[in-house]
Amino acid sequence: MDNILSIVTFIPAVAAGILALFLHGEDVAAQRNAKWVALVATTVTFLVSIGIYTGFDPSNTGFQMVEEGEWLMGLKYKMGVDGISVLFVLLTTFIMPLTILASWHVTDRVKEYMIAFLLLETLMLGVFMALDLVLFYLFFEAGLIPMFLIIGIWGGANRVYASFKFFLYTFLGSVLMLVAMVAMYADAGTTDIEALMSHHFSSEGFSVLGIYVVGGMQTLMFLAFFASFAVKMPMWPVHTWLPDAHVQAPTAGSVVLAAILLKMGGYGFLRFSLPMFPVGSAVMTDLVLWMSAIAVVYTSLVALVQEDMKKLIAYSSVAHMGFVTMGIFAANQQGIDGAIFQMLSHGFISAALFLCVGVIYDRMHTRDIEAYGGLVIRMPAYALVFMLFTMANVGLPGTSGFIGEFLTLMGTFQVNTWVTAVAASGVIFSAAYALWLYRRVVFGDLIKESLKAMTDMSSRERLIFAPLIVMTILLGVYPSLVTDVIGNSTAALISNYDMALAAAEAATQSAASH
Amino acid sequence: MIQADLTIILPEIVLAVYAMAALLAAVYTTKDGLAPLLVWTTAGLMALLAIWIATNGDGTNVAFNGMFVDDGFARFSKVAILLSAAAILVMSQEYMARRDLLRFEFPLLVALAAVGMMMMVSAGDLMSLYMGLELQSLSLYVVAALRRDSAKSTEAGLKYFVLGALSSGLLLYGASLVYGFTGTTLFSGIIQTVQDGEISVGLLFGLVFLISGLAFKVSAVPFHMWTPDVYEGSPTPITAFFATAPKVAAMALFARVMHDAFGGVIKDWQQVIVLLSVLSMLLGAVAAIGQRDIKRLMAFSSIAHMGYALIGLAAGTELGIKAMLMYLAIYVTMNIGTFAFILMMERDGKPVTDIDALRQYSKREPGKALAVLILMFSLAGVPPMLGFFAKFGVWQAGVSAGLTGLVIASAIASVIGAFYYLRIVFYMYFGAENEDPIETHSSPVLWVALMGSAALMLVGVFYQFGIEGAAAAAAATLVN
Repeated sequence: MDNILSIVTFIPAVAAGILALFLHGEDVAAQRNAKWVALVATTVTFLVSIGIYTGFDPSNTGFQMVEEGEWLMGLKYKMGVDGISVLFVLLTTFIMPLTILASWHVTDRVKEYMIAFLLLETLMLGVFMALDLVLFYLFFEAGLIPMFLIIGIWGGANRVYASFKFFLYTFLGSVLMLVAMVAMYADAGTTDIEALMSHHFSSEGFSVLGIYVVGGMQTLMFLAFFASFAVKMPMWPVHTWLPDAHVQAPTAGSVVLAAILLKMGGYGFLRFSLPMFPVGSAVMTDLVLWMSAIAVVYTSLVALVQEDMKKLIAYSSVAHMGFVTMGIFAANQQGIDGAIFQMLSHGFISAALFLCVGVIYDRMHTRDIEAYGGLVIRMPAYALVFMLFTMANVGLPGTSGFIGEFLTLMGTFQVNTWVTAVAASGVIFSAAYALWLYRRVVFGDLIKESLKAMTDMSSRERLIFAPLIVMTILLGVYPSLVTDVIGNSTAALISNYDMALAAAEAATQSAASH
Repeated sequence: MIQADLTIILPEIVLAVYAMAALLAAVYTTKDGLAPLLVWTTAGLMALLAIWIATNGDGTNVAFNGMFVDDGFARFSKVAILLSAAAILVMSQEYMARRDLLRFEFPLLVALAAVGMMMMVSAGDLMSLYMGLELQSLSLYVVAALRRDSAKSTEAGLKYFVLGALSSGLLLYGASLVYGFTGTTLFSGIIQTVQDGEISVGLLFGLVFLISGLAFKVSAVPFHMWTPDVYEGSPTPITAFFATAPKVAAMALFARVMHDAFGGVIKDWQQVIVLLSVLSMLLGAVAAIGQRDIKRLMAFSSIAHMGYALIGLAAGTELGIKAMLMYLAIYVTMNIGTFAFILMMERDGKPVTDIDALRQYSKREPGKALAVLILMFSLAGVPPMLGFFAKFGVWQAGVSAGLTGLVIASAIASVIGAFYYLRIVFYMYFGAENEDPIETHSSPVLWVALMGSAALMLVGVFYQFGIEGAAAAAAATLVN
């Protein structure tokens, strides 16, 4: 299959089109059909995407399975994967069938709901595969529309505020990135990501409005991209949209948001910021590292005092993403490998945690931690699953959470020990809030009358958790599964990055000596 | 000689003669009884003329000693003007008939306005510019006040007339200064006197007054004050017309004057256009937030959109003009669809323009709501809709002309602007239930216009029907 990437990307969109055109009515049968179409489409997408994995050659650091075609306005339709993106593609196709399953009880506008999720999958896959700047932006930005609707239509009580905040926050970051993209197009004359990676953007300093910019054009472009990716990631202090969006989104929306959409920021840093603006990245490294360290500690502390379970997990996501940015900007093998690993692992763990909240929310219709307690008596299986993922979230050795945190800390330690020291304390905080949450919800006496009729997980719910459990433990005990695939690509990325920095250094020195 | 000149101007003559003949015919026969027929024949004639111009025009032809220029740029604009005017006519017929508004003057005034607009975009001289502009404006003043028994409509017409007269005065004063300091009214003559890049203070004054007059016609801030009132007060089909064809004509005329007459001194007018553009985008974005009336909202939206289109003009390059033409074509398509929907909005047969009335509309009419959703996201410039590519084009032109600050300002304005488009989506999809929902009366024409323009927003991402190539060719003839 020569165009397997396009096939994988557009299977969900085709399914969405079929639903939109051929499915009518709001009765039970129509709803069931919509769910089944969505489930089959996402499962088929996953099965086909395994072909990407098996066909992928980890020793090749370039882009593989590349498809290219003419598009309008001098742009190109170009898709491809390399070691950095291929696992994100698989993460997306892996998570989506689970989110559809997790939405099985939705009864309001089921058809539209499924269409929104299917379109979202296409757009997310496109983000990870696009090899044209504008094509990337198109997928990146268009993903806002279905998510806006998912939060707005199927969200909680305060959904309007959350959806607008989500949209406008991310939109502001993205348009600044678009301006930088336009400037890159003007400078390099192409929007081909592969060509842009080898294009040298000027790093000569100049003054803007009286402020001298070290690293010149590269720093400005870095900042424009940073505005977008930092919001998406989300990094402290632009993370405030995330708790609102998570709390108001339906369970499946939270899962997609945490497991996949947040990863676009980290992916963007690896795909654009480091390789295209090495000097700009180097200039900003310290700032980013400290922002990450603050994020880890600050949001962990904020998580401690939350009364809403989803909000707590949302803040914990921000903290874990802090490790990711830290690892990426450490810019060494352990750091970047760890960052990618952490993103994948967080994809499984945060998805599972939001699903855990979803399980009890579906029964009790409240996310207040206060409303629960002693669930272990009525729901032993649930308690076990929740325990596993709480531990994984904390970073217990043997789960995937540990590998990611350990590698990023190790990578950062070689660059900045103080940042590492501060961030490492975040690991302890995460144990504090996660275990305390677990204790308050699951342990204790079952004294609340309302909880006494709780039933344990249904077989559908068990089916959803099974693959997540497998992946979390498998990656925890056998991390080479990931690092072997990404290793060569990150090594190439780092060597290019170091070479570019050395060249820029030499250029400034020769300029100074003249 | 004269015959060659007449051949070049034939489409305008045909349309003008048709309008006058039809006027006589209607006056001497059944008057308003003929109106539905006239709407369709006028629209049909305009569409035919558009096809004729699109397929037959070739090269650059100059008539009447340079007063009238028929080049690729003029043809592109004329096709856009004629097609959008025809579309609006067809869309309005049923709306106006049901509300007893359909007078036979309406299609004919639109036809005369179209003649004026065609004259404008082909102007090669300050005189022909003014002739075209006034023919268009006078027709528009009258149609704005078409609903004679409505205070709002007559108020709109009067406001438009008074302010329009003021702007014509500014323009004429500028033209007289330009004539005084260059000794000619021909664009080709003016450009020769400013060829060396230097411009006298008197001529600069004239240029600024000319720009002010033109800015009024494109409703750029700070010459926009008439727009919301006129949009709100006029009957909706007229508003739809104001938002489309005249905007294209005025922008095209703007570009023509700037490049054909003052192409040598781009830096002198560039800063003025940049200012107009920034102000329009920001004011259009901010002022629309508080609007409850969808027609007023669209007025501010069109102010903002003209600001974006002006980026292309401010760039002062061929790429910029191409981007501007693309922007206008896409803008007109989006507005036709949006106004088709606004024409449908009603309750108990009375038109409704309150956006509150759209609450939970998607539950009742999922298809139309989806089309409006696509149009709103396209107006906001969110990919993958075509509106994004319009913005991308002008930004690209702006950045490559070194106007990065302007582009950043427009990026911020587009985020602020996104809010009010999103609010319409919000009302339709997840607003609280309305106790008094609207109905949407949909005639087949309106349905086709709405769905077609929404579909184009998506199809255009893959295939643009050769518009891009035509715009590039048109820009090449204007900027050289």
